[in-house]
Amino acid sequence: MSAPDRTPPANAPVLAVENLQVAFRAGGREHLAVQGLDLSVSRGEVVGLVGESGSGKSVTGLALMGLIDAPGRVAGGRIVFEGRDLMGLSEAELRRLRGARMAMIFQDPMTTLNPVLRVETQIVEAITAHERVTAKAARARAREALVRVGIPAPDERLGAYPHQLSGGMRQRIAIAIALLHRPALLIADEPTTALDVTIQAQILAEAQDLCAEMGTALIWITHDLAVVSGLADRLLVMYAGRVVEAGPVAEVVEAPLHPYSAGLIGSAPSRNKRGARLAQIPGLAPPLGRRPPGCAFAPRCFNVRPDCSEPPPLVRRSGREALCRYPLSETVVA
Amino acid sequence: MLTYLIQRFGQAVLTVAAMATLVFLGVYAIADPIDVLAAPDATPDERAQISRRLGLDQPLWMQFATFVWRALHGDLGRSFVYNEPAFTVILQRLPATLELAFTALFIAIALGLPLGLWAGLRAEKATDKAIMGGSILAFSLPNFWQGLMMVLIFSVTLGWLPAGGRGETVRVLGLDLGFLTLDGLRHLILPAVNLALFKLAVVIRLARAGTREAMLQDYVRFARAKGLRPARIVGVHVLKNILLPVVTVIGLEFGSMIAFAVVTETVFAWPGIGKLLIDSINRLDRPVIVAYLMLTVCLFVLINFVIDLIYAALDPRVRLAETDA
Repeated sequence: MSAPDRTPPANAPVLAVENLQVAFRAGGREHLAVQGLDLSVSRGEVVGLVGESGSGKSVTGLALMGLIDAPGRVAGGRIVFEGRDLMGLSEAELRRLRGARMAMIFQDPMTTLNPVLRVETQIVEAITAHERVTAKAARARAREALVRVGIPAPDERLGAYPHQLSGGMRQRIAIAIALLHRPALLIADEPTTALDVTIQAQILAEAQDLCAEMGTALIWITHDLAVVSGLADRLLVMYAGRVVEAGPVAEVVEAPLHPYSAGLIGSAPSRNKRGARLAQIPGLAPPLGRRPPGCAFAPRCFNVRPDCSEPPPLVRRSGREALCRYPLSETVVA
Repeated sequence: MLTYLIQRFGQAVLTVAAMATLVFLGVYAIADPIDVLAAPDATPDERAQISRRLGLDQPLWMQFATFVWRALHGDLGRSFVYNEPAFTVILQRLPATLELAFTALFIAIALGLPLGLWAGLRAEKATDKAIMGGSILAFSLPNFWQGLMMVLIFSVTLGWLPAGGRGETVRVLGLDLGFLTLDGLRHLILPAVNLALFKLAVVIRLARAGTREAMLQDYVRFARAKGLRPARIVGVHVLKNILLPVVTVIGLEFGSMIAFAVVTETVFAWPGIGKLLIDSINRLDRPVIVAYLMLTVCLFVLINFVIDLIYAALDPRVRLAETDA
């Protein structure tokens, strides 16, 4: 799979996405769920993709895996993964990448494992989908994978069905499956949202450690800024299908450029805001197909000006980007 | 498991007893079998003689007590019409019906599951619409009419297949089976398809609905993200999940296919137990009716039990345990 001649140079990004458009057909019209998304992920990097429900973050994850189904489709842009343009690949070629070079885990560990198949079956099939191994070797690998994600009594767990395991255990198994072939990229779509808070932190730390160990880049999709701020190197904030702000996580959290990022950070609980009432962003995100022209966030923005009804420009500032006519630090200065 | 079995057995015995009582009293209430059995010109003396011979001159409670006493000793009475043990009369006809029902079941599943899966995967496309349209015809047109049309087309017009009867049979392990000879097989096709049509339509619809639902589940998405082949996703992940409702419904339907294949057996003159039941009701042959329905209850209990076992094998979340029901 990873023949040395195909491995791109170490400094090349694992994943480079340009101007990605994902459209969904509803009521005879196509609506863009993701509009012009740019994203670059280096080897071993952890990128947080943050946004509210319906912001297009999960759709982005699925599009990267080539798993968008009708009535949706990738309507434009380029996805270059390990030097290959995914748009030009056949379904069979994509299938060889999926689960081997790029993997994905999903939100609800109760439903991502098939309820009627044993854990062992579900791990072994993921191994044999990409490698020719004997049944015995596959079973040994499956056991090893469970040990790696810290599952006690792996031999028992292999014979278990998903309903016999706790939510945290199931998500660990999903992670073990995703990392079986040491992928270059793991896309995690809110994998801890459905879990208890204590388990969340554990899973988060374990996933991060494993990815670091394997040099796997990680795209962590979440609506919870607190989760990702302690984990990611870089942060992308999505709103209504667009990336509205991107930059190193510490800088974005410290001094957000986009009013929406500022709102998200303000509404996240933290230690130094103890006792204070949490800020909220007024209103709701606009549904697909009813997004206002110009800046989609304008109706909810505390800093809105008349010309925000024009499409906002992309402001670049020392490794950071924001899609806003009046980025925050400027207004503070003005 | 043992508790479960004992409980199941207890329930079955109670059901059989209640059913036998009801049917016995019901048939007694309808009419006096003498009116049917005795020749129209029989003298009162001859009628009384027949009555005595069959025990019909006794009061109801006495007849019932005799019936219960004999039943407890494994004797379900002699047929008034055939003058043979009722049970034997039924057993002679049973292989024909079982053969018909099993063939129909096989057709319903072997065709229904793939067609339903296919329709579900191509939901709202032309293939799907064609399959669903066919299934609507299969279960909304009257079964006897479908049978008559099949006879008209394949036997009368085209002359490909025989219109009725069972054809040549061979004796295997004491059972007369037709599907092992070419002639028997030719006789079997039309009635089996006729009996299967409704079930086939049901299986198609269940499989299609199940497939559409399963394809949207996270486990299918995760399976795709693992890089599995579509054949494995559909053949293992989806199929195993949609089997559960199909098994339940087929189980219930299978009982009625055996017990009440009356319409098909009548249209195709198939010498099975469905036809026997109708004949027996017409002749008020009480021992055969009662024995037949007792057998039917046992059959349903047995089928439900087998379904439970299959269910437990298919769905790990189901554990066979004692219930309150």
